[in-house]
Amino acid sequence: MSSLTNEEIKDLLYNMLKARRFEEKLQEMSRKGQLYGTCHLGIGQEASGVGAALAALHDGDLAILTHRGHNQTIGMGADLSVLMGEMLGKEQGCAGGRGGSMHFFDLEHGNYGETGVVGGTYPIACGMAFTQVYKKTGKAVLCCSGDGSVNTGNFHESLNIASVMKLPVVFFIENNLYAMSTPVENTMSVISLSDRAQAYGIPGMTIDGNDALEVYEIVTKALEYAKSGEGPFLIEALTYRQCGHSKNDDQCYRSQQEVDNWRQEDPIYRLSEYMKENHLATEAELYELERKAFDDVLVALNKAQDMDEAKVQNVDRFVYAE
Amino acid sequence: MNLQELSFREALRAAMREEMEKDPQVFLLGEDIGVYGGNFNVTKGLQEEFGKERVVETPISESTIVGMGAGAAMTGLRPVVEIMFADFITLGMDSLVNHAAKFHYLSKGKVDIPMVVRLPSGAGTGAGSQHSQSFEAWFCNVPGLIVAAPGTPAQAKGLLKAAIRNNNPVIFIEYKKLYDTIGPVPREDNYIIPLEESYVERKGSDVTIVTWGPSLHVVKKAAGKLSEEGISVEIINPLTLYPMDMKPIYESVKKTSRLIIVHEGQKTGGVGGEIAAKIAENDAFNYLDSPILRVAGKDIPVPVAKPLEDEMAPGVADVIDAVYKTVGLS
Ligand SMILES: Cc1ncc(C[n+]2csc(CCOP(=O)(O)OP(=O)(O)O)c2C)c(N)n1
Ligand SMILES: [Mg+2]
Repeated sequence: MSSLTNEEIKDLLYNMLKARRFEEKLQEMSRKGQLYGTCHLGIGQEASGVGAALAALHDGDLAILTHRGHNQTIGMGADLSVLMGEMLGKEQGCAGGRGGSMHFFDLEHGNYGETGVVGGTYPIACGMAFTQVYKKTGKAVLCCSGDGSVNTGNFHESLNIASVMKLPVVFFIENNLYAMSTPVENTMSVISLSDRAQAYGIPGMTIDGNDALEVYEIVTKALEYAKSGEGPFLIEALTYRQCGHSKNDDQCYRSQQEVDNWRQEDPIYRLSEYMKENHLATEAELYELERKAFDDVLVALNKAQDMDEAKVQNVDRFVYAE
Repeated sequence: MNLQELSFREALRAAMREEMEKDPQVFLLGEDIGVYGGNFNVTKGLQEEFGKERVVETPISESTIVGMGAGAAMTGLRPVVEIMFADFITLGMDSLVNHAAKFHYLSKGKVDIPMVVRLPSGAGTGAGSQHSQSFEAWFCNVPGLIVAAPGTPAQAKGLLKAAIRNNNPVIFIEYKKLYDTIGPVPREDNYIIPLEESYVERKGSDVTIVTWGPSLHVVKKAAGKLSEEGISVEIINPLTLYPMDMKPIYESVKKTSRLIIVHEGQKTGGVGGEIAAKIAENDAFNYLDSPILRVAGKDIPVPVAKPLEDEMAPGVADVIDAVYKTVGLS
C-alpha cells in the first residue's frame, strides 16, 4: 500500500493529467504550425516524470532535468502559463523566449531546469549535491536522465565521484527503451542498466516506471537514503515514450504494434484504474480531475497568448550577471 | 558539365555514397545514422546500401566516437564521423584537439589521420543555445585541423569529396539552415572542389565581402540590391577557413580598397577577426580607403524565440548598412 493519503494520490493523478493535457495541447499546436523550434514530449512517461518530481518537491529537494522535462517541471509545481509563454516565445515565459521547450526552468520550486545535452545533468547534479553537503542543507538532488545518457563519459565519471564523495544525489533514469531511434539493446551489453550502479558501489534498482505510486515511493526512499549520508542511489524506471522523439520523427525504427502494446500500459490509465478498484475515487471524481486539468491548460494558454512578445532589445540581457 | 538539381543534404549524401563506392576504406560513424538517416536525414538510405559494417551506429559517446574515428584513421581507414549537432563536439574535444590533431606531427609525419568530422552547425531552426552554435573559429585555432564550410549544394558535394580524400582531420561545417536549399550539382564522380582554395563568387569593383556558409546567401542578396544602386560588390568565399587561401582576398582588396567580412558565428574571436588581421599585416592594407568592417553574429547564446534568433544572425539589411558605411554613404 502507498504511504500517500487519498488526497495526495488524487493530486499525483491530477498533476499527471495536467502534464498530459499540456503536452497534447503542444502536440496539437505543433501540428498546426503554431510552435516555433524543437519540442520533446513525454507522453506515456508521466508516472516516472511526475512521480519522481513530486517526491522531490514534497521532500524539499532540488532537481535537474533533461530535454524531455515537461512532466518533471509540471510535477514540481511550475506555473503552466509561464511554461506555455515560453513555448510561445513570450517575455514572461520562464526564459523570456531564450530557451523554449528544452530549457524550462522553475527555480522557485527547486527546479534548476532542463539541459539539452545528453548526460549533461550528471556532473551538474554532483555539484549541486556537493553544495548541500558543504552547506549542510540536508537536501538531496534528483538527477534526471534517459537511457541514452548511460553511455556518456559524464555518467561514469559522475557515478564514481558521487560514490566516493558520498554525494546526496539520486540518479533517476527513465529507460523508455530508445535513445532517439536507437534501442537500448544496441548500446548496452548488460541486461538492465541499473546493474551498472554496482560497478561504482552504488545501490541500483529497476522499477516499473509506469506505476506512479511505485515511482513516488521508491524515489522518496532513495532521496532519504541519499540524505542520510550513505551517498548516491540509482533508479532505472522502465517506461515508454508513446509519441515521437521530437517534432519530426516518423518512428520508422519501431512498429505500431509495439506502441499499441505499451499504450495498454498507459500510466494515467493504470493509476485511474487502481483508484477505482481500491475505492480511492469515484468515476465522477476522476472525471472532475480530468476536466480540471483540461481547463487549467486552456487557462494557461489564454494567459500565455496575452503575454508580451519576447523583447528583441533585451536579447543580450542575462549573458552576464548584472 | 552534367548537372543535376540536388538539395544540400542530397549533395552531401551523394558525396559520401560515391566515395564509399570508390574506396572500401571509407565508412560512416555516428549516432542514429542508420534507418533514421541521422538527425538531419543526411545519411538516409546509406546503411541499406552499404550495410551495418560501413554505416556504423554508436551509443551517445561523443568523446569515443571522435577518438575511435581518429584511431581507425591512424590505422588505415577513412572514417566520416557525424556529430549530431556541432554543439556536442565539445564532448569530443580531447580526442579531436589533443589527439587527432597531434599524431601526424608527433610521428614525424609517419601517421596520417584521414578523418572527416561533420558538424551540423548554426542557428535558424529554433533549437536553442545548446543546439545552434557556430564553432568554426575554435578549430581555426588548432594547427593540424583543416576547417571547411560549404555554402551551396555543389560546394557541399565537391568539398566533402575532397575532405574524404584528404589525409588530414577535416572539420566539415554544415550549416543546418542550408540542408533544404537546392542548386545545380555536377554528376561527375570526380567532381572535387580542392581544399584551401578561396573562390570568387561574384566579381565587383567597389567593395570586397568575404563570407561563407549561410551568410553567403545573405551577402548575395545584399549585393543584388546594391548593384541596382550602382554599388558593385565582389564576393569571396574562402570555402576552407583554415588554413585559408588569402591570395584572392589580398588581390580583391587591392582592387576595391574596401573590405567587409560577414559570418554567422559570434563576432568576438570569430574567423573574421583573423582575416582582418591578415590584411593589416599585408601590403593590401595600404590600399584600404576605409576601416575593415565585420558583420557577424551577436555575442550572445543563440535564443529560441524566432524574433530573438533572427536578431542574433546578420541579415541583408545589416550587410547593406555596412556597405553604405564603408563607401561613405551613411
Ligand atoms: C551529447 C549529446 N549527443 C546527442 C544528442 C542528441 N540527442 C538528443 S536526445 C537524444 C536521445 C536521448 O535518449 P535518452 O537519453 O534515452 O532520452 P529520451 O530522449 O529517450 O528521453 C539524442 C541522441 C544530445 N542532445 N546530446
Ligand atoms: Mg530513452
